[in-house]
Amino acid sequence: MTTAAATHTHRDDVGSRMGMWLFLFTELILFGGLFIVYAVYRFKFPEQFQLAARELDTLVGTVNTIILLTSSLTVAMSITAIQQGKKHLSMMLIGITIIFALAFLVNKYFEWSHKISIGIYPQSPELLNKPPGEILYFGLYYVMTGLHALHVIIGMVVLAFSMVFIATGKINQQSYVKLEAGGLYWHLVDIIWIFLFPLFYLIS
Amino acid sequence: MSQPEEQHTQHSISYGRYILIWLGLLAFTGITVTLAGIDLGRWVIITSLVIASVKSLLVLNIFMHLKFEDKMFKIFALVAVATLTIFITLTFFDYAFY
Repeated sequence: MTTAAATHTHRDDVGSRMGMWLFLFTELILFGGLFIVYAVYRFKFPEQFQLAARELDTLVGTVNTIILLTSSLTVAMSITAIQQGKKHLSMMLIGITIIFALAFLVNKYFEWSHKISIGIYPQSPELLNKPPGEILYFGLYYVMTGLHALHVIIGMVVLAFSMVFIATGKINQQSYVKLEAGGLYWHLVDIIWIFLFPLFYLIS
Repeated sequence: MSQPEEQHTQHSISYGRYILIWLGLLAFTGITVTLAGIDLGRWVIITSLVIASVKSLLVLNIFMHLKFEDKMFKIFALVAVATLTIFITLTFFDYAFY
């Protein structure tokens, strides 16, 4: 009797995915609030935003965009791999995704350190001497890319756990909704960047 | 043994299709960077946002499998995006048209 009860596990993958999507909508509203602040101040200070954006390196932003888009590809492919029962390929693809995430953060680290070294950081005397629009631009730049980078770090942790779950068999060919949820989170991080990139890097 | 688990309605997407979408995303990135180099004036914001939206749709529909999910998922996504659009539009009533 107990074995029969144990084998009858109730699972609702559609419900699990829907829960994940609902969570992603709260994330959309979280970033959405910041995008509204950005929109209003860019509307009020269009020239100063353009001037401030010249400090950003379009090449670094483009490279990071390509890194994130490719990492989205590898995480999506890892789901196809697990659906086909290719456990090691799936783990390898997630591993590549995590390496891409690291590369993104390393780029971000150098970008931020360069800004800080030339005196552009919140409350720096250099920045406070600039016109209000430029102060706002860099404030938003640090908050929005910072919050995004935090999401990248969380995504890396989630994907690392997915890798362990595949290794231990908790995620397998029949049951992989946990990996799907991790993938959905990662794609959201990608979509946020798809908007951050043109709004901060491509306006000068 | 019977199959007690819920049936999967999950769609499996081939590697080739994913790679095609990825190439499309890279192409749109190239276009948006190139357009930013040309002085389009006010159109810069519009073109870059349109391209970003197209890229997001590709990610949502294919990478995130939204295209293959139940109708309910699509309605939810639409409501979420519509809510954000309303927030932004109403905010601009205070700033753009006074």
